[in-house]
Amino acid sequence: MAVKSYIDAVRDTLMDEMRRDPRVFVMGEDVGKRGGVFRATMGLIEEFGEERVIDTPLAESAIVGVGIGSALAGLRPVAEIQFADFIWPAMNQIISEAARLRYRSNGDWTVPLVIRAPYGGGVHGGLYHSQSVEAHFYHSPGLKIVMPSTPYDVAGLLRAAIRDEDPVMFLEHKRLYRLIKGEVPDDDYVLPIGKAEVKRQGADLTVISYGLALHFCLEAADVLAQEGISAHVIDLRSIKPLDRETILEGVRKTGKVLIVHEDNKFGGVGAEVSAMIAEEALFDLDAPIARLAGPEIPAMPYAPNLERFYMLSPEKVADAMRKLAAF
Amino acid sequence: MAARHNRPQSLRHRDIGLSDEQVREMYYYILLGRALDERMWLLNRAGKVPFVISGQGQEAAQVGSAFGLDRDRDIVLPYYRDMTMVLAWGQTPTEAMLGSFAREGEPSSGARQMPGHWGSKRLRIVSGSSPVATQVPHAVGLALAARMRGEPTVAWVSLGEGSTNQGDFHEALNFAGVHKLPVVVFVENNKYAISVPESRQIACAHVVERAASYGMPGALVDGNDMLAVYEAVRGAAERARAGEGPTLVEAECYRLVPHSSDDDDRSYRSREEVEEARKRDPVAVAASYVREAGVLSEEEDAALRERIRREVDEATEAAEQAPQPSPDTALRNVYAEGGAGAWQ
Repeated sequence: MAVKSYIDAVRDTLMDEMRRDPRVFVMGEDVGKRGGVFRATMGLIEEFGEERVIDTPLAESAIVGVGIGSALAGLRPVAEIQFADFIWPAMNQIISEAARLRYRSNGDWTVPLVIRAPYGGGVHGGLYHSQSVEAHFYHSPGLKIVMPSTPYDVAGLLRAAIRDEDPVMFLEHKRLYRLIKGEVPDDDYVLPIGKAEVKRQGADLTVISYGLALHFCLEAADVLAQEGISAHVIDLRSIKPLDRETILEGVRKTGKVLIVHEDNKFGGVGAEVSAMIAEEALFDLDAPIARLAGPEIPAMPYAPNLERFYMLSPEKVADAMRKLAAF
Repeated sequence: MAARHNRPQSLRHRDIGLSDEQVREMYYYILLGRALDERMWLLNRAGKVPFVISGQGQEAAQVGSAFGLDRDRDIVLPYYRDMTMVLAWGQTPTEAMLGSFAREGEPSSGARQMPGHWGSKRLRIVSGSSPVATQVPHAVGLALAARMRGEPTVAWVSLGEGSTNQGDFHEALNFAGVHKLPVVVFVENNKYAISVPESRQIACAHVVERAASYGMPGALVDGNDMLAVYEAVRGAAERARAGEGPTLVEAECYRLVPHSSDDDDRSYRSREEVEEARKRDPVAVAASYVREAGVLSEEEDAALRERIRREVDEATEAAEQAPQPSPDTALRNVYAEGGAGAWQ
């Protein structure tokens, strides 16, 4: 079994899928000769040519809109938005078009499109290269949103996304691209979209997270284990659909819940997870639901100390876990 | 039948490759579109259907387009005024009426969308939405797919002149121009975006002037003349099929009625202006042509109009009698059914 970085898992899976299925192609800014600004499409143009690795004009609504059109024709486009921060011009295409075409045609027209976008901070990206965008999309029925945290999950979920019959937003935390390595089987495995994973079994409190923050939670859980506090850690992996069963099972197991995400708190994914728990498992709780998230400012500042102020860390997560455990 | 014995030696439609039968068929669709549209207004004013969005004044442009394309192969992305286009493309009057009444069996959306949001995979009509110009990048994507597969399919997409101010119009035409894709972008310039006239929408004299900046030819045609439109669209489609890339076609029309059944156009344009435009009503222009060209006699014209009246009656009756969609259908087809998307 090969050990790969997160970014290599993205690229190798794109390559595998393009070899497997001639309908699959990639399009976006700098995805061709440059191989992507993060190198996620490196080597693809050499193997598949510029017909299937398309350098597009710098215009996000067209990247998504032309992708939708080719998906309507039965192709399997993977459209790259270079930074999630630049996805807003495509919002109308994603929400009004991709998410609604199946519904508005009563199942006649469908959009098997994947939109890949690097998101997240901790890379000295300032206000416009650090944002978490997921909350703006997870309100819209018709979309699926995947946010993997490991190379193994990247490969299995990107395959699932490309083979899905509906539009899938595949959000990759850019800090993880070269930070995280992990074992990735060579076989053609597919992970189901909408299934969370219990990363660590524990008895004292349940921590629910995704993306880079999930790794901080696991580090914090190691520290707390030495202090005699046992944490049950869930990686959501997909935020839409949400894995209701795994979340509620985790709640019932410990009675204490901490939700951790880099995106700011108000109206974030944690709000929906909290509401679901309150509706369905209130009497299993032994403490108020806790959330640890980014501060309520528009985006992550550039200055290193201000960026550190915004970003979560294992220490911040450990503090929140200790506080909840002591309740 | 006397007219046929005296017909002119040189006939425009024959010169551009249309048979008499094809011209009669084009004329039929122009009349059908107008008659159906007028009936929908009556039904609205009688309180039977909640909303009408109208194509009156644009019928010749739409029929000219349909006949200029390959109706067995090409794919179309019409906008909400294109009822006559989709009739010529294969939707039936009953299907259009099911949309007006929002009844079960409405083929474009299952009565989920407002009337005029056409769609049918079987007929290669892509489902449209209400935000304008979003369909233009879709057409480019469909053209891209056709070229990747080596299929000689052309994507035809329409929109109004106001909609050409949207970013999606610019992004899509630029993409199509850069990649030389087989698209025909058809602007039905009806002179008004709801209440705002063309002079307050675009700073150039004609939308078609924008074509040059996308590296594609532009063709400006009289949208009241079905033959002129046919010729322009056929030329654009041939060019696209030959791998020479996209074309922007602008058909100059006039919106003869208010924007919709909820609009009152007296607040922003004079009756004199509308009456002046009616002198070039595409229905009257087409009627004159078929008579003067001798492809349809007065008696045949009367019989055709009678047939259309029956068809509109039958469509109205069938739609009015159709049941409302069952409430539980509102939850269907959010995601592929039976798979992971069955969540919730």
